[in-house]
Amino acid sequence: MSRRGGEKQMVPDATFTSYYGRPVIKQPVWRTPDVPGYLFLGGLAGASSVLAACSQQAGYGELARAARVGAAGAISLSAVALVHDLGRPARFLNMLRVFKPTSPMSVGSWLLAAYGPAAGAAAAAAVTGRAPRAGTAAATAAAVLGPCIATYTAALLCDTAVPAWHEAHREMPYLFAGSAAAAAGGLGMLAVPPARAVPAARLAVAGAAAELTAGQLLKRRLGPVAEPYRAGRPGTLLRTGEILTACGLTAALAARGRHRAVAATAGAMLMTASAVTRFAVFEAGQASARDPEYTVRPQRERIDRRESARREAGA
Amino acid sequence: MSAAPGSLPPSQPAGPGDRDPGGSAQPRMGFFTDTSVCIGCKACEVACKEWNAVPEDGLLLTGMSYDNTGGLGASTWRHVAFIEQPAPAAGSGTGAGSLRWLMSSDVCKHCTEAACLDVCPTGALMRTEFGTVVVQDDVCNGCGYCVPACPFGVIDRREDDGGAHKCTLCYDRLGDGMMPACAKACPTQSIQFGPLDELRERAQGRVTQLREAGTAEARLYGQDPGDGIGGAGAFFLLLDQPEVYGLPPDPVVTTRDLPRMWRHAGIAAAALAGAAMATARWRRP
Repeated sequence: MSRRGGEKQMVPDATFTSYYGRPVIKQPVWRTPDVPGYLFLGGLAGASSVLAACSQQAGYGELARAARVGAAGAISLSAVALVHDLGRPARFLNMLRVFKPTSPMSVGSWLLAAYGPAAGAAAAAAVTGRAPRAGTAAATAAAVLGPCIATYTAALLCDTAVPAWHEAHREMPYLFAGSAAAAAGGLGMLAVPPARAVPAARLAVAGAAAELTAGQLLKRRLGPVAEPYRAGRPGTLLRTGEILTACGLTAALAARGRHRAVAATAGAMLMTASAVTRFAVFEAGQASARDPEYTVRPQRERIDRRESARREAGA
Repeated sequence: MSAAPGSLPPSQPAGPGDRDPGGSAQPRMGFFTDTSVCIGCKACEVACKEWNAVPEDGLLLTGMSYDNTGGLGASTWRHVAFIEQPAPAAGSGTGAGSLRWLMSSDVCKHCTEAACLDVCPTGALMRTEFGTVVVQDDVCNGCGYCVPACPFGVIDRREDDGGAHKCTLCYDRLGDGMMPACAKACPTQSIQFGPLDELRERAQGRVTQLREAGTAEARLYGQDPGDGIGGAGAFFLLLDQPEVYGLPPDPVVTTRDLPRMWRHAGIAAAALAGAAMATARWRRP
């Protein structure tokens, strides 16, 4: 819509320009399966610790024990994955050199430093049957920190220049919380017969519903920036995750606290769905960093909107 | 070999605050890269590699232009971009309908609000007394968080040593009162080094001069302290839109949204805890 008098365009360019199609931002150097695996395991551990403490309180001792052991196992594997992903693994302790609220990774490191030992102690007490009081104290501490472990990873991904992550910062924490709850509930359903795992089934159902809802909201609000969540390999992964979540959710409801095999299948599906979803989110970020269009187009549109607002204000 | 940032004392005074470093006696130093006089000689790339002992990072031909460097990275701290395009009607000395070459030497922007520095969990990235942003190689544990945080895609992790690396604005040379190697080597003064205040003034004058001479498309990039990164310590005069040069047109430091991210993460964590408590309390019908 070029007009005379040197006025600039009123509508954004239909085409976008880039430097020979090269990416503007760098792709994350985090490796698969380390980091997406950690996103899953950290969520599983954090939510399992909450489930353990709550079911203990409600008298579901067997479920509480299973959740404590699951949390400790998942967080141990997480620690291995995180250290392995460092460029200089021998310096992993430098993570505790400073505390920076501006760095979700710094906050996460301190959270893990407090949560890991607590989850480990809670599991040790559950397995050995020794020091039950100290075990309960540790389990309570792990339950308080657990939800933070499960959701800070959303801030970790979103606090980057990667468009598919950064722009999703409103929905990602809820997606991750739901996914973590579904995984932890799923683990409980897998490990403990349904009659003695009622809180696990309920948490799994609530988590799966939240995971599905947050995922849909994310894709709808982000518009074109969400394309990597729909297309290509990450799109296929996310769709697979959604289908697994929906099937797991249905199976969990169908088990109705009675059918062991159905409940166990539901649990396994929900855990797999949670893992697949995290890999999908991770890979969608990689795809969105690779293509300069996702970086340039929203910024160019922002400039155009600003300029037309300025012109209107001046007119 | 010892010119890498690793040889610097790890606990340099953090310098003035983040907002506008350089309020003290030591003014904030920076680069003004005037691409209108860049001739694409790549002397800056070579001088940077030589002085900073930056390792070789691929001798491939891109096949797209005279640019066989590709882009900034862990072992490329200056990068000359080459763009061949139709000249604008009132072009810079060339006749209408002809082609023109745009050449621009890209570098770390040393942002006022630096995302890499914000997200670094070890404190390896720091603000120097010159207002520049530097990686302390002896602290960096290669977590890689700075890499996707940078809105310009500048910093990267080196495969062989596992650490993050980028332009230091020749911190060692600055300490000895010398100018950075790239600026020293630039034969056309396309790369100008100095106190940021002076550079901004000079750049404004240059843009005015170019526009008066008929180069209407001349514009500054990164000089505005009101932009999404609080202004760059290394800014540019460009002859086309930033994205043509591979630069983001309107970069915003990701940490501006971090308070909102923490809030949502907190609410989500509370919801998770609440849901777990509810599922355990709630009696079976």
